[in-house]
Amino acid sequence: MTATDRPGPPLWLLAELTYRCPLHCAFCYNPVDFARTRAEDELDTEGWLRVLNEARALGSVQCGFSGGEPLVRDDLEILVAEAHRLGYYTNLLTSGVGLTEDRAEALKAAGLDHIQLSFQDTTKELNDFLSHTRTFDLKQQVAGRIKRNGWPMVMNCVIHRLNIDHIGQIIDMAVELGAEYLELANSQYYAWAKLNRDQLLPSREQLERAERITNEYRAKLGDKIRIFFVVPDYYENRPKKCMNGWGNVFLTVTPDGTALPCHTAKMLPGLSFPNVREMGVGEIWYDSEGFNRYRGDGWMSDTCKACPEKEKDLGGCRCQAFMLAGDPAATDPVCDKSPQHQVVLDAVARAQLPGAGTAAPLLFRDPKASRRLAP
Amino acid sequence: MNTDADHPRLSAHFRMQWEEAQQAWVLLYPEGMVKLNASAAEILKRCDGSRDVPALVAELERTFEATGLEAEVRAFLDMARQQRWVADT
Repeated sequence: MTATDRPGPPLWLLAELTYRCPLHCAFCYNPVDFARTRAEDELDTEGWLRVLNEARALGSVQCGFSGGEPLVRDDLEILVAEAHRLGYYTNLLTSGVGLTEDRAEALKAAGLDHIQLSFQDTTKELNDFLSHTRTFDLKQQVAGRIKRNGWPMVMNCVIHRLNIDHIGQIIDMAVELGAEYLELANSQYYAWAKLNRDQLLPSREQLERAERITNEYRAKLGDKIRIFFVVPDYYENRPKKCMNGWGNVFLTVTPDGTALPCHTAKMLPGLSFPNVREMGVGEIWYDSEGFNRYRGDGWMSDTCKACPEKEKDLGGCRCQAFMLAGDPAATDPVCDKSPQHQVVLDAVARAQLPGAGTAAPLLFRDPKASRRLAP
Repeated sequence: MNTDADHPRLSAHFRMQWEEAQQAWVLLYPEGMVKLNASAAEILKRCDGSRDVPALVAELERTFEATGLEAEVRAFLDMARQQRWVADT
């Protein structure tokens, strides 16, 4: 880092209000040890109001309220109102559980700009969804509420081995519910999804079929709905430009007030991340060791430093490098130039075998499992 | 299509605002942002459904004491319609 490399503002503020959640998704990206953050450890209303003010003063403009399930917090309306007053574009990322008529009205009055509604997708829920029972009814009610309040609706469905073959039904459902955008986001293998990777990673055949069907729907539906299909990076040979660059535009604040360059960065060893209770957001963003560590290219491996494409992907994801290569500064093993690329190829090869993903049961994200795995 | 009867206006699901930190006008929408250059911003500010394209061009030419802006304005509006920033009334 030199003075001229001073990063721009944290345009995107992700406020992870709580890890509490009524769902138990096997692909959840909340940390495996999330249960260590108890309700009483969460940043209080005043704390969040301060974060919103400080980040906005720096230039944050997109604000996502996420979790866990952010509707679990009964001060959500207060926080949305303040974010709106400050000039943020406010996004609520929710499962829809808890979005009652009253709360929808209160959030509308508070100035909420947009709701991203996710499909919950444990196997039980998947069954519910496919049999058009409980989940479908809930989503239908919530989607109706979203539309009646005039919000644009993004539906997000995490795609994986167990639901990817139903991609057509998923698109049909999004259209039926009136979504303007549909994100078919293949699971990314972090946290709980990493523990369940063999069960969740689709086969190449499944993936190709899903992409083909998605394209057929796009052609058929035209402007009616915008469909984004995010490929799992394990099937790419270059890594993603994770978070559009470390400490470049994204600032995540976790439920206990820890500030991170992305929602999974806390896993990285040898790095300390500041807490908004102890440090102002400006100092955190521009001066803290945690945010500066992987800015620029001085930290890069020789593989990345010498690569003509380094500006394109910035060496990929630091968390993935740590998880798969044991070194957060390594080239992301998704890259076929990575010395550890074989690890990814092995996982992909396993996904092609008959009976793949059935060797072990899915591990669901819940506080009990969290305490067992991370006592 | 782009006819003179159209009165372009900013689509309901986009919000345009001045961002001090970026010293730019931006378009905000669900989970996204587009930073606008100065001429894009001047065109979009006038997309409020009250004027047709010739009137919009005339106003820009008057304000900026310029001529021959029509082609640029129409090209921008075509792109903006495609991106769904702008609809016609």
